[in-house]
Amino acid sequence: MSGKPTGATPLLRIKGVQKSFGSTHVLRGIDLDVARGEVVTIIGPSGGGKTTLLRCVNFLETYDRGSITIDGAEVGYRDGEARKRRTETDLARMRAETGMVFQLFNLFPHLTAAQNITLGLTRVRGLGRAEAGDKAMHWLKRVGLADKAGHLPSELSGGQQQRVGIARAVAMEPKILLLDEITSALDPELIGEVLDVVLSLAADGMTMLIVTHEIGFARDASHRIVFMAEGTVGAEAPPAEIFSPNQPNERLRSFLGRFSAAHRL
Amino acid sequence: MGYDLNFTLIWRHFDKLWSGLILSLELAILSIGIGIVIGLILAVIYVSGGRIARALIAAYVELIRNVPLILLVYLVFYGIPTVFDFAYDNTTSFVMTLSVYAGAYLVEVFRAGLDAVPKGLIDAGKAIGLTPWQRLVHVRLPTMLRMTLPALSNTFVSLFKDTSVASVIAVPELTYGAQWINFNTFRIMEVYLVVTGLYLVTGYAILLGLRALERRYSIGR
Ligand SMILES: Nc1ncnc2c1ncn2[C@@H]1O[C@H](COP(=O)(O)OP(=O)(O)OP(=O)(O)O)[C@@H](O)[C@H]1O
Ligand SMILES: [Mg+2]
Repeated sequence: MSGKPTGATPLLRIKGVQKSFGSTHVLRGIDLDVARGEVVTIIGPSGGGKTTLLRCVNFLETYDRGSITIDGAEVGYRDGEARKRRTETDLARMRAETGMVFQLFNLFPHLTAAQNITLGLTRVRGLGRAEAGDKAMHWLKRVGLADKAGHLPSELSGGQQQRVGIARAVAMEPKILLLDEITSALDPELIGEVLDVVLSLAADGMTMLIVTHEIGFARDASHRIVFMAEGTVGAEAPPAEIFSPNQPNERLRSFLGRFSAAHRL
Repeated sequence: MGYDLNFTLIWRHFDKLWSGLILSLELAILSIGIGIVIGLILAVIYVSGGRIARALIAAYVELIRNVPLILLVYLVFYGIPTVFDFAYDNTTSFVMTLSVYAGAYLVEVFRAGLDAVPKGLIDAGKAIGLTPWQRLVHVRLPTMLRMTLPALSNTFVSLFKDTSVASVIAVPELTYGAQWINFNTFRIMEVYLVVTGLYLVTGYAILLGLRALERRYSIGR
């Protein structure tokens, strides 16, 4: 991906974020900025804290230290040093500004594809039924599922469900989209249709923070790749540099080496 | 065998059984309706409330589930009016009792159902900016209800059968009708055969209806 966007202040700013689950220190001081319109992909070994970091960005997970800001507003906490947890209403309002797509789709099983999308539009964005319906249709078309609007999730393939998941998130017009291994629960032949949607969103200038094990996709879609291991950022560079044979970070080289070994069939 | 089956007298008094069956159904529907309201409210309080609320609800559930229904019926109909010096009619008293009884079973079903709502769905609700109340109304309750449909069907059929206990305080439902015919005609075998058939057919019809609902709405676990 070319033409890395530049912005004076980053849209998402993660500074010194730390997080423990009990005695497990999962995030050990993460610094990461994402500019408006930028696509940043996080790769790294299992258990490195990628999911945890993504979940902290829309406060599905609390963090213990450091700060995360979106457009200058602190995520989850208020009153600076006092770090008071925001009220639930406040949290809901803030979360509406970050879209999230999940590994296991997490579509509301009792709602149709269209209703999955309109729920947030009517209840959170306050759109009328008709307007929300139009908007849902627009996004369903965009992900190639106009004919599935009335289908329940259980009547859709994994790839179709995930495309509805993406439509549900982007229809809210979030400032940033968080994607956590959105193809890893899919059969190989369904991965392409989902990644194509993500690529088209990137082309539209959607800001995205992506976690993926699809190394090829990361290379093609990202402005910048972040290598995360054991709760720290090990390397951070444009794809060309990350995949360069001269990559100085040894752990990254061995991580990528394992990948190419696995993919060299 | 000196006993000849003779249904003539039963058919002559069949209106007693018919009106009894209707009343049984009404008792069941009313009590289940009120029980659902009790169960839903308490289940929601249980999963989101504090320790004291939980303890009180757990005590209510345990109390009701470990005391025979017939005892509760006597307690409410004879006991409470004696202590508080008032009277209510037997049907009202029974509906109150069965509602409270149903509520205890349903709060368990709903509570377990709410716990079983996948965490990912709640996360998805959070991620699109729903408030806790909106998540409850639009995500947790509808998912929970669909997941608990099979358990609910069984509970509803049991509660329909439990209406027969109302006969002990002379509520003129189906079993009471059967007793009346028995006392007045002595056709004991015939009347209980017919009544058994009526319970069986009605219970089965209820179950079939609920199974159809399940097929339409259930989303499994
Ligand atoms: N809710 C939780 N409670 C306790 N420990 C957790 C929880 N969530 C994650 N962890 C732990 O935190 C560490 C990081 O997990 P995380 O899911 O963020 O890693 P990841 O980089 O996303 O891994 P993967 O590539 O396998 O998805 C792991 O050791 C995990 O066991
Ligand atoms: Mg993960």
